[in-house]
Amino acid sequence: MAGRRVAITGLGVFCALGSDLEETWSALRAGRSGIGPITAVDTSQLRFQNGAEIRGYDPARHFQGNQADFLDRFAQFAVIAAREAVRDSRLALSPALLENAAVVTGSCVGGQCSQDEGFVGLYKNGSPRVHPLTIPRTMSNAGASQVALEFGITGPAFNLSTACSSSNHALGLALQMVRSGQVELAISGGCEAPFSMGFLKAWEAMRVIAPDTCRPFSKDRKGMVLGEGAAMLVLEPLEAAQARGARIYAELAGFGMSSDAHHITQPSVEGPAKAMRAALRDAALRPEEVGYINAHGTGTPANDPTETRAIRAVFGEHGGRLAVSSTKSMHGHALGAAGALEAVATVMALREGVLPPTANFTTADPECDLDVIPNQARATQVEAALSNSFAFGGLNAVLAFRRLNA
Amino acid sequence: MSATSDPLAEKVMALIAAVKRIPREQVSLDKSFEELGMDSLDNMNLLFEVESAFNINIPDEEARAIRTVREVVDGVRKLVEAASGAGAPSQPAAAPE
Repeated sequence: MAGRRVAITGLGVFCALGSDLEETWSALRAGRSGIGPITAVDTSQLRFQNGAEIRGYDPARHFQGNQADFLDRFAQFAVIAAREAVRDSRLALSPALLENAAVVTGSCVGGQCSQDEGFVGLYKNGSPRVHPLTIPRTMSNAGASQVALEFGITGPAFNLSTACSSSNHALGLALQMVRSGQVELAISGGCEAPFSMGFLKAWEAMRVIAPDTCRPFSKDRKGMVLGEGAAMLVLEPLEAAQARGARIYAELAGFGMSSDAHHITQPSVEGPAKAMRAALRDAALRPEEVGYINAHGTGTPANDPTETRAIRAVFGEHGGRLAVSSTKSMHGHALGAAGALEAVATVMALREGVLPPTANFTTADPECDLDVIPNQARATQVEAALSNSFAFGGLNAVLAFRRLNA
Repeated sequence: MSATSDPLAEKVMALIAAVKRIPREQVSLDKSFEELGMDSLDNMNLLFEVESAFNINIPDEEARAIRTVREVVDGVRKLVEAASGAGAPSQPAAAPE
């Protein structure tokens, strides 16, 4: 695609695996899962008890005075991850740059915890009023707005909500904005905090949550496990990054999207395949150049074989040779933040020459006949990688990354 | 209307017809979900209606195995009988009409 090449120069992450990039990457490469008993709600009323929750989170360690009062948990995570990403990029945020910077986030469900708290008071506990900050806390653009406020960014700032594809759509849009010259800098990623009783009950009713853990591509997989957190990436033109001597993690090289127009929840082969092909084309990558795919890999009975067929459809014989893993087995399915967490995993895989595994894997499934890197990370330097997100609603978004020596 | 002498089966079949928006007479014990054109979301909707109507909880594993009308009826009967047999006061055998 014509335009400027786009470099990733900063990473920030806050999730069940760790409170920063270093901790999270060390868990990913160790194949250590962050899935465990949910503490946010009383799970005795639920058919599942486990989630990839950020345990022991204390807002006071991250926000001063009453600042945290204005932010729901999901927006707090966004700010924490964005701070790390900006610090990590070592960018000097000059007034000129702040005017030409964008914030593009993905969040699917917004401030569930604040909404639940307010409505429980209203409907159940007989309170005649809800908290006056319920609206600014729950709006799904709160993460984007709070990140813009944190740094004084006055360029384009918005949130995309496309269920489980939200942050891949966000990162893809941010890529296009930097590439086209619309902005000189983008802070982009996703944030989500879905552990409220009402929302968990809604997932329970869908019957797609595993009662034990998330085992993507494993024959005994029983479904997905929800996760929470945020991840943010700093994107800038490659030339500008090189000119300032920035550390460059990788190139965000392409973006492809499609709609299944098939079914509101059942996955399809054609839609995801079309999005993967579009991402390859956008990145000017040949299929054989891709050595790793961070799969959507939810661990549901329906997703994993369908995604396998889609990968096979795009990559043919090479589909059996390239490595594929689902890091949702470790950081859980963080919905609108999933693509951003997985982008960080993919970028680090390219940068470090280590492919994160599919954790909790026990038994091969002939319907998922891919090299899924079971349980143990693999020291392999790949040159290019894809990261897949396929949402309820049939909305597919795929990112393509290329290794850069810098 | 093919009336049976089995009120529980009758109620389940009426729920299937209501969920699928099809005439009640098209639903019989021998029909599979596939024959009725039930997809995964229809199944979820039905399980919700059945759980609410009979005040039971259908475990995911059992729900996943259900493929025919008879299997739903048998599964519901088992859960309703287990609930009434246990005599748990918080779990009446059937919801009030």
